Amino acid sequence: MSHAEPVTTGAPLLRVSDLKVHFPIHDGVLIRRRSGSVKAVDGVSFEVRKGETLGLVGESGCGKSTTGMAILRMTPLTGGRIEFEGQDISGLGARKMRPLRQRLQMVYQDPYGSLNPRMKVGDIVGEPLVIHGVTGTQDAYRARIQELLRLVGLRPDMAERYPHEFSGGQRQRISIARAVALNPSLVLCDEPVSALDVSIQAQVVNLFQELQERLGLSYLFIAHDLAVVRHVSHRIAVMYLGRIVEIAPRDMLYREPLHPYTRGLLAAVPLPDPLAERTRVHEEITGEPPSVVNPPSGCHFHPRCPMAMPICAQRAPELTAIGNARSVACHLHGAAPALDGQAAA
Amino acid sequence: MTIALDRPAASRPRRGSATMKFIGRLFREKPLGAAGAVIFLVFLFCGLFADVLAPYGYNQISPINRLKPPSWQFLFGTDNLGRDVFSRCLYGAQLSVIIGFCAAGLATIVSVVIGVVSGYIGGRFDMIVQRMVDAWMSFPDLIVLIVVVSVVGPGLLPIILVLGLLLGIGGSRIIRGATISVRENMYVTATQSMGASTFRILFRHILPNVMAPVIILFTTRVGFVILAESGLSFLGLGVPPPAPTWGGMLSGSGRTYMLQGPWLALAPGLCLTFVVYATNVFGDALRDLLDPRMRGTR
Repeated sequence: MSHAEPVTTGAPLLRVSDLKVHFPIHDGVLIRRRSGSVKAVDGVSFEVRKGETLGLVGESGCGKSTTGMAILRMTPLTGGRIEFEGQDISGLGARKMRPLRQRLQMVYQDPYGSLNPRMKVGDIVGEPLVIHGVTGTQDAYRARIQELLRLVGLRPDMAERYPHEFSGGQRQRISIARAVALNPSLVLCDEPVSALDVSIQAQVVNLFQELQERLGLSYLFIAHDLAVVRHVSHRIAVMYLGRIVEIAPRDMLYREPLHPYTRGLLAAVPLPDPLAERTRVHEEITGEPPSVVNPPSGCHFHPRCPMAMPICAQRAPELTAIGNARSVACHLHGAAPALDGQAAA
Repeated sequence: MTIALDRPAASRPRRGSATMKFIGRLFREKPLGAAGAVIFLVFLFCGLFADVLAPYGYNQISPINRLKPPSWQFLFGTDNLGRDVFSRCLYGAQLSVIIGFCAAGLATIVSVVIGVVSGYIGGRFDMIVQRMVDAWMSFPDLIVLIVVVSVVGPGLLPIILVLGLLLGIGGSRIIRGATISVRENMYVTATQSMGASTFRILFRHILPNVMAPVIILFTTRVGFVILAESGLSFLGLGVPPPAPTWGGMLSGSGRTYMLQGPWLALAPGLCLTFVVYATNVFGDALRDLLDPRMRGTR
C-alpha cells in the first residue's frame, strides 16, 4: 500500500481537453436517420492533479456523469482528448485500456444497484483483484479482502455476507473498498453520497478524505450538493449544459464566484443563520434548464442570466484564465481582469 | 432478518459440505420443496429400477384379466389388453421422466445461451438473432416435428432434440428480456469498467441474476414436454408403441376406455401430475434458496 502523501499541486494525473460526447437521436420507423444529437458533454477541459480532489458540480442533466463515464471509456467519445498518467487514452481499444483500468476506478451513485446481489461482499471487494490476476495465494487474497474491509470501516467477517444485509452507507463503503482494491491513482466518484441520509453522508465523505490521505488518491468528485463539494474538494469545476463555466480553487470560488451561474448556485444554498439568511440579497436563477437537444445559442446560460448582454446570445464565451488559479467562461470576464467590485456583490 | 454473526470468514466450508449444507437448508427452510425433490427422486428410482420393481412386463398380455379394476393382484388395474397398468406406469416413468428432463433441460440450455448472449450483446446482433427467432417461432411446431420425425424416424432421441429446440428457441425470449433488465444494472457497468471479460460478466453477473426465470422456465417445461410427447404419440410420432409412456397411455387406451376403466387414465394422469407438481415446488424452492435476499424467509 502506498504511504500517505501530502496534497500536491504537481503534474496533472488526468488531463481532459475539449472532451465531447454527443449522443445521436434517430428518427424514422423503417429507415433510421440521424435527426440530431444530444450534446451531453460539449468541449470540456480540466485537469486533476496528483493527490487532489476536483469537484464537478452542476444541475441534473448537465453532463457530469457522462464526463465520468467518458473518462472511464465506457461511453464512446465524439471528440477531444483524455490523458491519464501522461498517456493519451482517448483512442485506446479495450485491450490496451485494460491494464490502465487498475489505476482508474469509480464509485457509483446508487449503493443498491452497484453491488451484485448474488455475490458475497468478499467476492465483490476481491473481484478487481481476480479480474487483473493479482490475487496471489488464497490466504493472501483473503487477507487483502479483510484488510480492505477494515480500511473502509467494516468488520472483516462481513466478507461472508450478501449486500442486501447492509445499509446504504455500508454498501457505499463496500463500493469504496472495491474501488481502492487495486491501489488506483484516480477514483471517479459519481455522486457517491447523494443517495445517502445526511447523517451518513458526512461519515462517507470523511472516509473519502481519510483514504485520500492514507493512499494518496486523487478524486474527480461529481456532485450536485454544494456543501459536500465544498467539504471535499480542493478545486471545483462548475458545469452547465455540457460545458464548464468556471473552475477555481474552492475557497476562491465560494468567496467570490465570477460566473453568474455559479453565483446563482451559491445563492441557492441557504445560510445556517436565519437572520443572515433573511437579510441576504438573493441572486436567483429563474426559469428551467433549457433542452440539451436544442441548447440556446452563444452562451448556453444567457436566457437565464441576470447580466446577459447582446453578445451572449451570439458568441459562446471561451474558458479564459483569470489570474493564475481560476478560469471562467463568461463575456463579463473576458480578457479584462476580474471585475472585483461587481463579483463581490 | 437474522444476521449470521457466528460465521467467521476464515473457516470457509469445503465444497462437499456446502452441498450438504444446501440440502440441510432445503429441508429446514423449504419443506414443501424438499417433498417435491423426494417425490421426484422416488419416480426416478422407480423408472430406473422398473425391471426389478414391476410385477409384470410392460407388454405382458393376460387376456383373461382385461379391464380389471385396481386390486391387490393388479395395483392400478389392467388395460384393454390385460396389461398391468402399475407395471406400465413404472416403465412409463423411465421414458417420460427421461424425455421430460432431457428435452426440458435442452430447451433451457438453448434458451439461456441464445437469450443471454443476444440480450447482453444487444444492438444489431440482437436484432438479427431475434428476427431469426421470430422466423422460427412463426413455424407451426407440429410441422417441424412431423418433418423431422418422418425423416429421422420416431424414437426417443429425435423427440428430445426436436422438442428441446422448439421450446428452447421460443423460451429464449424470456431469458433475453431478463438479461436486458439485468444488463442495465450498475454492477454490470462497474464490472465492465474494471476491465472484466465478457465471459466473466455473463457467468458471474448476468447468469446468477437471471436464474429465477431460468428455473421457472425449466420446471414448467418438464410437464409441458411430457404432455407434448403424448400428443406426438397420439399422432404416431412419439415413442412407438408398445413402449409405455404416460402420455401415450393417457391419450391411447386411457381415452378410449375412459368409461369402462377410468383407472386407465387416472393412473398415468396422477403420475404425471405428481411429477410436474414435484418439479414445480422443487423449482420454486431452488429459486428461493439460491437467492441470498430470500435467506430465512419461507
